[in-house]
Amino acid sequence: MTAIETKALTKKYKDKTAVNSLDLTVEKGELFALLGVNGAGKTTTIKMLSGLTKPTDGDAVILGDSIVKDPLKVKEKINVSTQETAVARNLSVRENLEFICAIYGFSKADSKKKADEMIEKFDFREIENSKAKTLSGGWQRRLSIALALISDPEVLFLDEPTLGLDVLARRELWSIIEKLKGKITIILTTHYLEEAEHLSDRIAVMSKGDLKAVGTASELMELTGAKNFEDAFVALAGDGKF
Amino acid sequence: MKFLAFASRNGKEIIRDKINLCFGIGFPVILLVLLSLIQSHLPVDMFKIDTLTPGIAVFGLSFMSLFSAVLISKDRSESLILRLFTSPLTSTDYILGYTLPMLPMAVAQTVICYIVAFILGMKVSVNVLLAVAVSIPASVLFISIGLLCGSLLNDKQVGGVCGALLTNLTAWLSGIWFDPNLVGKGFKTFSNIMPFVHAVDAGRAAIAGEYGKILPELAVVAGYALIVTVLAVFAFKKKMNSDDV
Repeated sequence: MTAIETKALTKKYKDKTAVNSLDLTVEKGELFALLGVNGAGKTTTIKMLSGLTKPTDGDAVILGDSIVKDPLKVKEKINVSTQETAVARNLSVRENLEFICAIYGFSKADSKKKADEMIEKFDFREIENSKAKTLSGGWQRRLSIALALISDPEVLFLDEPTLGLDVLARRELWSIIEKLKGKITIILTTHYLEEAEHLSDRIAVMSKGDLKAVGTASELMELTGAKNFEDAFVALAGDGKF
Repeated sequence: MKFLAFASRNGKEIIRDKINLCFGIGFPVILLVLLSLIQSHLPVDMFKIDTLTPGIAVFGLSFMSLFSAVLISKDRSESLILRLFTSPLTSTDYILGYTLPMLPMAVAQTVICYIVAFILGMKVSVNVLLAVAVSIPASVLFISIGLLCGSLLNDKQVGGVCGALLTNLTAWLSGIWFDPNLVGKGFKTFSNIMPFVHAVDAGRAAIAGEYGKILPELAVVAGYALIVTVLAVFAFKKKMNSDDV
């Protein structure tokens, strides 16, 4: 079953085309990675799909609802972990978790229950009453990702979720993401090729707003005749410069 | 009722910003005490406690603009707003969520001003309750100015506009420290066009028991409050739908 279908999805900023007539299909429960160098259009694509910016042209349907015609219905089903840490700095860890539950319409009792679950899952027990602004960058990032998961989204957008995390924290997050595979649809953008290769079911490579190729890591290697995934990525995203 | 969750978060953000809160509530109180002391040594009609307190109460409300503008512009400068904009909160939820926690704070600030005035010798009267009620349209006006500035300006700019410019304009144009008539006809006309002097005069009329004078003054303030609120809602919605949050 299709979770996301983009139809000629386009975003232009004045005379610059950030995303050019993107046609993509993501299946339900799939972990789909968007790869590309800076300015490829990955984040703009996520911004359009999550309702942060309106497409200049085209549309996308997420679980039956159009991002253009019914953005609010789409927003009820999705959640996003943005590139930057997005937490309420003066609220405690628990208050942050319960706040996000409440704005997604959870009752007080359910919000508390969900917060308890996340506190266990993300190992927040010792810091649950600490204000977010007092946490280290790594813990703030973990909290930011927990906030993206707490609403039980059917589609989760992870925009460079491991940016700035150390190796151990990155591996822990990989483990959390792996446990979600098959249960919810995940769109992941990352600059770490090994992360995309390790976690994703399929990968789309974008360059200068255009979709260059879609497939599994091995399909992309086969397509480019590359020996490893990094070479395949360079061949697709690098405009044949290398 | 999602706006209540958002309002609760905003209330906590403001209350936990202790420096701003102490300055916003403490500064008008200090002014009230200082000017009352001057009045006791060098009597000036304008600084009589019944005349001074409604003015200081309105001046204090100008800090509400600073609070709401700082909160909104800070939210805009941080990634939290991006998370919230991808949530099912509507523009109405945002506007109510930002406005609602400010109103009880504004009323509390006005009440604190009058409690201090009682200590300084103001007669306890039921008219004080009326003066507090009369301050509500001015509270809405100042909160909306904050919402408007917070939607349009960044967190550094709001400090200048709401923290310095607005508080000074409120002070100069409201007839708290000096009678606008003394400056000249042009200044008086401009003061009368602006809402601040009317907000102060409505409070003074309430305290004096001159009930007939309240509504005409209040109508001007309410008119400004309505216009600025509409502008603030428009600016916030426009920002919410723009590519540059």
